[in-house]
Order: sequence, then structure tokens, then C-alpha cells
Amino acid sequence: MSVLQITGLSLTIAGRPVLRDVSLDIGAGEIVALTGESGSGKSMTAFSVMQLLPEGAAPSGHIELDEIDILQADEATLCSLRGQRMGMVFQEPMTALNPVQTIGAQVAEVIRLHSNATRGEAQQQMQEVLIRVGLTPDQVPPSRYPHELSGGQRQRVVIAMAVVMRPRLLIADEPTTALDVTTQAQILDLLQQLVTEDGMGLMIITHDLAVVSQLADRIVVMRHGEVVETGPAAQVLAHPQHPYTQMLREAAAHQVDLPQAEATEPLLVVDKAVRDYPAPARMFGRAAPKRAVDHVSFTLERGERLGLVGESGSGKSTLTRAILGLEPLQAGRIEIDGRNVADNDPTTRAKVQVVFQDPYGSFNPRHRVARLITEPFHLLPDAPTGAARSALVGEMLESVGLSATDADKYIHEFSGGQRQRIAIARALITRPDLILLDEAVSALDVSVRAQILDLLADLCRDSGLTYLFVSHDLAVVREVTDRVLVMKSGQIVEQGVTEQVFTVPDHPYTQALLAASPSLPEAVA
Amino acid sequence: MGLIAYLARRLLSLVLSLAVASVVIFAVIEVAPGDPAAFMLGMNAQPETVAALRAELGLDMAPLERYGHWVLGMVQGDFGTSYTYRTPVSQMVADRLWVSLPLALYALALTMIVAIPAGIYAASHRGKPGDVAVMGLTQLGVAIPNFWFAMILVLIFAITLRWFGAGGFAGWDAGFGPAMKSLTLPAIALALPQAAILARVMRSSLIEVMGEDYMRTARAKGLTRSQTLWRHGLRNALIPVLTILGLQFAFLLAGAIIIEQVFFLPGLGRLVFQAISARDLIVVESVVMLLVFAVIMVNFLVDLAYALADPRLRRGA
Repeated sequence: MSVLQITGLSLTIAGRPVLRDVSLDIGAGEIVALTGESGSGKSMTAFSVMQLLPEGAAPSGHIELDEIDILQADEATLCSLRGQRMGMVFQEPMTALNPVQTIGAQVAEVIRLHSNATRGEAQQQMQEVLIRVGLTPDQVPPSRYPHELSGGQRQRVVIAMAVVMRPRLLIADEPTTALDVTTQAQILDLLQQLVTEDGMGLMIITHDLAVVSQLADRIVVMRHGEVVETGPAAQVLAHPQHPYTQMLREAAAHQVDLPQAEATEPLLVVDKAVRDYPAPARMFGRAAPKRAVDHVSFTLERGERLGLVGESGSGKSTLTRAILGLEPLQAGRIEIDGRNVADNDPTTRAKVQVVFQDPYGSFNPRHRVARLITEPFHLLPDAPTGAARSALVGEMLESVGLSATDADKYIHEFSGGQRQRIAIARALITRPDLILLDEAVSALDVSVRAQILDLLADLCRDSGLTYLFVSHDLAVVREVTDRVLVMKSGQIVEQGVTEQVFTVPDHPYTQALLAASPSLPEAVA
Repeated sequence: MGLIAYLARRLLSLVLSLAVASVVIFAVIEVAPGDPAAFMLGMNAQPETVAALRAELGLDMAPLERYGHWVLGMVQGDFGTSYTYRTPVSQMVADRLWVSLPLALYALALTMIVAIPAGIYAASHRGKPGDVAVMGLTQLGVAIPNFWFAMILVLIFAITLRWFGAGGFAGWDAGFGPAMKSLTLPAIALALPQAAILARVMRSSLIEVMGEDYMRTARAKGLTRSQTLWRHGLRNALIPVLTILGLQFAFLLAGAIIIEQVFFLPGLGRLVFQAISARDLIVVESVVMLLVFAVIMVNFLVDLAYALADPRLRRGA
């Protein structure tokens, strides 16, 4: 018998259609994955079930949780269902907890709210559920505040709050997207274990097909607010019927046709670079500084594509900023084409450009595209002007697959993928020797990500691009790099030819990273 | 452990701020060009009188010595003797403080009683007529000059209705009731613009908090809308409100000069005003130092309240 049955659910928000005729059901002990790209309506389906929709939302159809029609239920009934019969886990563990209450108090609140437990009994149950989600009192006592916990630990607290009343349905909205790959594996294991033990239904929302294939019994593929395909996960992933599912499947396992690199001479030389951050001031003296980059040395040859992988806090971003000359080094040096970047010389600066992760935050919304992408020109002594400048802008936009007429538009007129193309055009316009791609495709949907990766390969073919590709996503790094560096706690723990490192990893940390990365089963012939 | 270290740091910065403030005040008033004694006595003073005052003020001592004398005196409660009134400054200040401090606290209490519920109401009815009405009123409250509002209050409640006196202070000897009654209209006049500002801060702070992820988590736990607001929203929203409250209290203590004039209240503001008019530098210097001390103390208390409200601030050392 199904725990959750959605029939013909439609939703408009302020008159705008968001969901159309969505039907799905989840049985007890079953894991159903909702997947699709951004804007497909997966999260709104979840919020419809919880009835935590934004203002102006008008749902219609039927949502039955244990035969209670949620859309007909009054607010008091809904409040007693939420937290008791259905629990929810959110995407962003860093902000999902109240910063001014202890984690124990926040978990105990659920128990007190939904049962007649005394303070003491609630304490007891709270401690039990925290242990159940892997937060033992000797390591993470309930008296801790959220800011004293890591992202993975916070997500465990949110899961504890969601499962403490042993709900019939658990909804997890991208529960591991914000987490590192090793933490992701642990959280997914925990969710699976809880489902098995409690026999609850799990609706997991994820854009990551590899996660789906690892966890889900059934899959529901959504696009533009509609369900396009549904069925057993293994079967749908192996033999997708709908063209959109086929496209998603192909994009997720996208093979980039990277041309052979022709390494010639060293372009970037990082020699025993050290970057320390001073510890916060204390009353008497200072604590030892925090070492973000610890004696890192490597060489990047002209024409080579180098990957840099590691988890959050490993020092990848600090190293990237140091190469750009944005972080002073405490020891060692970084040279581009034989010139020290610390000298702050515009001609050296012009040789390296960067593409950042967030295509929404890295543009000034008040400037037109032409002005945005010609910004690096201030580094050039003889930057083109007038007609030559406009011609170059048009050429750049066309080289990244946009149109020359886009130069007069503002950035809000573009989608995330288009913005990332504009960011690449901005990085290319000074014809730099080196491009740093700092998680440049991490925020993009799979189909857009595939296009951007193809664009990089095209640019390599046409103009012999040299880049440093920084990412936490091992599968992508494997596609687009010749050589790879693995970073942990500020140090390079392993480096070598990409294929070699990925097939026979040497260092235990690399092995752990690879083991934790979920992967799609090989494409079926 | 974190809390103690945090307090120790704040206390250290409090002492340092006081030391810096005392040096600045001393330098501005005493070391500035010109002879304070000649300045205090005016243009037509006899040279002998000036010399006598110089000796009395200790102006024949070296600046460092004089500074030491001044600070040491203040620490022992000796603020010197007023030149114009010939009474110890500490006595004068203490008398005035008994008016200004209750007035400031009274006004602050009124401010909070009006502003916090108004801000919460407006935030939880965002965009609805109630919110628009409250915001319109606060706009008016910020715009109306408080001395004008004070006069309107006098006109209505003292002259027409005769519920309150038009001015003056009954004194604490007359009993708590009458004393508070004579402070009521001034406190209302002082509180109006402050309440308007605070209500706006409360509203926007709460609206911001209501958009936070943890508020959604709280709803997903099964809390009702209002439970979410009171249990999870309010404490987080009060943190910026505390900052404004601290600033407002300091202002109410020292900045009530005009209202004190309108209501003929013998408060600190009027004392400073009179002392400046009479060029009584000894009084000016001491009262300013005292006000600085009060402001720094209030900031210390605000820091303390922060640490109680927000555990993230207790981290650190």
C-alpha cells in the first residue's frame, strides 16, 4: 500500500503554472528519486506535499498521505502531520538550523511538539536519535550549537529532527548537493539505513543521476513541471524511453573529445608556495596561523590541461587566488612565463584570466555585456578601441556560441549556462596564456555542463588553450584534463596523468575520494 | 569558557576606550590654545582674578600632572568644584542624574513597549493594511520634530485636559507617583521618534529572519506560523534591534537638552547647556566625561546582551 499518493497535482504560483498534472506514489520502505534540471518542479512537488509553498501558490489535484487528503486538510492537521507523519531534509545544512539554539533543544522540540513526553523523556529520546544518526555524545554532545558542527554533522541533525517521530514519509531535497563527496556517501548510507529500519517511504530529490542509480528503487523524471518518465530506476537509467531522459542520461555520462595536448615549455611554475591565514587575535598574543597552502609545488606546461581536485577546505581556492596574485604568499613563489605574479605587473596579470563558479554573482548587473567582457582590457597597454573593439567583442561572443548582437544586452537576460559562456568570453578576450576555471561548471545543469565542456574542448582545438581546472567533481576532471593534482589539507598528496591517477590511485586519500564518488553504471549497449 | 573570554575582551576594550576618551576630552578642553582661566572669566577680568583662578584650576602644573590629578580625582569621585556655582561638580551631576537617568529609562521603556510589538505586528502582516498603517505612522513619527510634539502634548494634556503639569519636576521627595507623573510627557515626547525608528528596525529584521532557511525547517517540524515566529524568529531578529537600543539609550541620556528645556527639567542636558553658556569648563569637562562613561557602559551591556542572544559571538579565543 502506498504511503504517499499524488494524483493530478497542478500548481500555479501567482498565476504562473509551475506543476502540471503530476502523479506519483511512494510505498512503505521504497526510495523514489525525483530528478530533472533546475526549474523542472521537483522541489515544488516536495513543498506541495509538505504544504510549505510560497505565498500565492494555488495547488489542485490530490495528495494523499496515508489516506489523508493533504490539500483538503486544515492548518492544524497539517501541523500535526509535519514532523510526525512526514519529515523533510533540506539542501543547505549550513543554514537549516537555528543558530541560537543548541542542536539538542532543536531535536527535543519536535518530540515535545508531537507527543506528551515529559522534558526528561524528550531528552532521552533526543539523545537516542542523535546516536542513531551517528552523532555520539562523546564527539558531538547535544549541548553544541550549529556553528560548532561541520556541514555533514549539521545535515545529520536535520535528519534526526525529520526521523525522530518515525514518520511514514521522509522527503530529502538535494540532501547532499552542498556536501563533499565522502560526506555525501555517508549521508546517503544513513538515509538508506533509516529507510530499511523504519520502513518509511523516501522521496529523494536530486539532479545527480549517479546518486539516483546508487540509491533509488524507482525514478520520476520531471521537466517543465511535468512528469516525463517514471519506472524502476535501473531500468529507466539503462533504457530511457523519453528523449529528455535519454538526453539527461547522455549528458551525465558525457564524453568530451579533448584534443591531444602538446606540452612544450613551462608556463606556470608554483614553487613551495605557502599561504598562512593569521588566527583571530586573542587577549594575549596570537594562536598559530592556519596554513591553507602548505609548500605546494607543481609546473603547468603551455598547452596542458591540469586538474586540481580536493574537498572543501583543502586549499584549492586559496591556491587559485594566489596564482591570480590575489593572495600574498608567506614563502615560495609563483611564476607565470618566468615572471613573479607577486610583482603585480599588468602584462603578467593579462596572461592569466579566471572563470568563477557562480554565473549569477560574478557579473555587475548594471553593465552591458560588451563592457563586462572587455573589462580585462585595462591590463593591456594597447587595448583596441572603437570599431576594432566592437568587432573583437562580437568575435569573442561568437567563439563561445553566442551572437554578436548580445553585446548590448544586460546580464539578467541570460540563463546560467549563457552567463558562464560570457564569463569564458571575458576570460579569453585578452588572449591569455592561462585560464583558471574555479568550479566553473559546478552550478550548471548536466545538459548545460556538457555544452560548456564541449566548448572548452573546441577552444583547445582552435587555439591551444592552457587551463587549470579546479573542481570537486572527479568525473568532470577526468573528462577534461591531461594531468591531475589531488589536494588535501593544503598539500598536494598525489599528482600524475589523469587516467593513471583515476584507475590506479596511489594515495589513500585519492582512493577514498574515488570510492565515495557515486558513478553511473556503464552505458548499456 | 567562551563567554568568560569574550567578557574579558570586552572589559579590556571598555577600560581602553575610557582611557582614550579621557585623554581626548582633557586635550580638547585644557591643552587647546588659549588660557582656560582667561576664557572662563571673560574679556574684562582683572589679571589678579585670572591668576587666582589659574592657581585654583591647577593651571600652573604641567599638563601631564594636571591630567593625572583630574583622572585620579574622578576615580575617587571628586570631579572638582564648579566655578560658577561654587559647589562640587559631583554633587551637581548626582542631582541631575536623578532626573536624566529615570527619564531616559522611562523613555526607553516606552520606546520598547510600543516599537517591538508594532514591529512584530507589521512584519507578520507584511504588505497587508495593518503593516501599511504601522509603517505610515512610523514615517510620521520620524518626521515630527520632538520639541514640536512636546508642545502639542503640553497643549492637549496639560493646558486643555489638565492631566499633567506643563513642566517642572516634582522631585523624588514628593513620592514615586508624582515624580513619574512629571516625567511622563517628556518621556513620551522623547520616545516617539525613537519608537518609530525602532519599530522599523524590528520589522525589517524580523522580515529578514522569516526568510531564513531555519524558519522553514521549523515549519517542517510541525510548528505553526506563530510558534515559528516566537520560538525561532524573535531571538534572531532581536540582535540588530539591540544595537539600535544601545545607541538610543546613549542618545536619550545625553541628548534630551531640548526636551528638558521645553519641560523645565533640571537634567544633565540642561546642566551642560548652562555650563557651556557660563563657560564653566570644569563642569563641561566632567559631565562630558561622565556621559562618555555612560555610553561606553551601555555599549558594554549591549555586547553582553549580544553574547547572551547569539552563541556564535561567544566563540573566539
